[in-house]
Amino acid sequence: MPSVRDIRRRIRSIENTGKVTNAMSLIAASKMRRAQLAVTDGRPYAEKIHEVIALLAAQPSDDDDTAHPLLQVRPVNNVGMVVITPDRGLAGGMHATINRRVAQFILDSDATVRSIVVGRKGRDFMVRYTDTVQAVFTDLSDRVALADTTAISRLVIDGYSSGQFDEVHLAYMRFVSTVQQEPVVQRILPVEPAALEAAERVGYIYEPNPAVVLSALLPQFVEMQVYHAILESIASEQSARMVAMRNATDNANQLASDLTLVMNKLRQDSITNELLDLVGGQIALEG
Amino acid sequence: MPMELQIITAEREVFSGEVDTLVAPGIEGQLGILPNHAPLITVLQPGELMVRAAGEESYLALSGGYMEVLGNRVIILADAAEDVDEIDEARAQEAMERAQQRVANRESEAELQQALASLRRAQVRVTVARRRRNAPHRSMVARQQLG
Repeated sequence: MPSVRDIRRRIRSIENTGKVTNAMSLIAASKMRRAQLAVTDGRPYAEKIHEVIALLAAQPSDDDDTAHPLLQVRPVNNVGMVVITPDRGLAGGMHATINRRVAQFILDSDATVRSIVVGRKGRDFMVRYTDTVQAVFTDLSDRVALADTTAISRLVIDGYSSGQFDEVHLAYMRFVSTVQQEPVVQRILPVEPAALEAAERVGYIYEPNPAVVLSALLPQFVEMQVYHAILESIASEQSARMVAMRNATDNANQLASDLTLVMNKLRQDSITNELLDLVGGQIALEG
Repeated sequence: MPMELQIITAEREVFSGEVDTLVAPGIEGQLGILPNHAPLITVLQPGELMVRAAGEESYLALSGGYMEVLGNRVIILADAAEDVDEIDEARAQEAMERAQQRVANRESEAELQQALASLRRAQVRVTVARRRRNAPHRSMVARQQLG
């Protein structure tokens, strides 16, 4: 039977843990808002570049029929996989979910998969359980800038252009809502231009010509997608952490209040016992 | 009649509003756009974008991108765009010197290309930053004309 003092000590320790998890959840909430904002801010660019690439790809090329290297569809023998995971844990089951999805993809794939891993959680998993790791990027900040991610996209684009990969996929946690994130694997290379509605065709003047404009934009498009996936992953990570830490705080509070009840009961019991002793002694004296 | 200009990067919308004219660094040279321009799509090189709105000129440093003109609407997808006020001239100057160093100490063709590209971007930023320093003179000229 623990003493009242032991229980009081435990309550204090649980309350401290609760304070820490509460602070973490608040921090995650503010980081999540920022990441969500960054996702929203990038949306006009994403939509526009999508539209333009669709428009350009629909242009008949006049010089020759060879498509831009990033549009070339090849038989798939080697697959590149960009795995985007958080650096830190304490975010519920998030990294397990994304790692499981990636592992599933590798098992299902007939081609040889090579991976480019972003984030410590993915690195630890991939290095331990697979032999696919080709490059690792860690310690991206929570406020990631496009310039921070271009090294990753460069690797992807060069890998694809040189024929090292015949396809490149992007695996990350898509941010659906604060309480829901889903793992996705999305193909980014070869680029598949969206189908264009005929009504959108306008007689543009191209300077210098459509092929050059397209080849200037395709790498941008890939960079944008990688950047965007990283932003989504950050938003997911922070919201998962926020929810996990809020649950932890709730649990800590519940535990503290349960223990307080136990402690009070114990304290009352001991007082009652002491009273009984006192009264018993009195009676014995008087009798 | 003003036209609508929108400058967006992958990170944010840099500018959105009505302008009278603009001069953009097209891949084949400076490109002036007035309202009612024919539909145009072009690649931009790193350079200075001049925008005139309500009689006032303002400058932005662009590091390459894409421009589309359709009707009275101009959209610029920039790799990066910085307003005059956002550029620290001393830092831009430093970056330019660093880039010059790298051009001088290059070890491979790819490195040279990279160094040249960053030198070009740094030069643009320095030019745009200097505009601000010269801005007081410009407004004095404007006053003289008024007087």
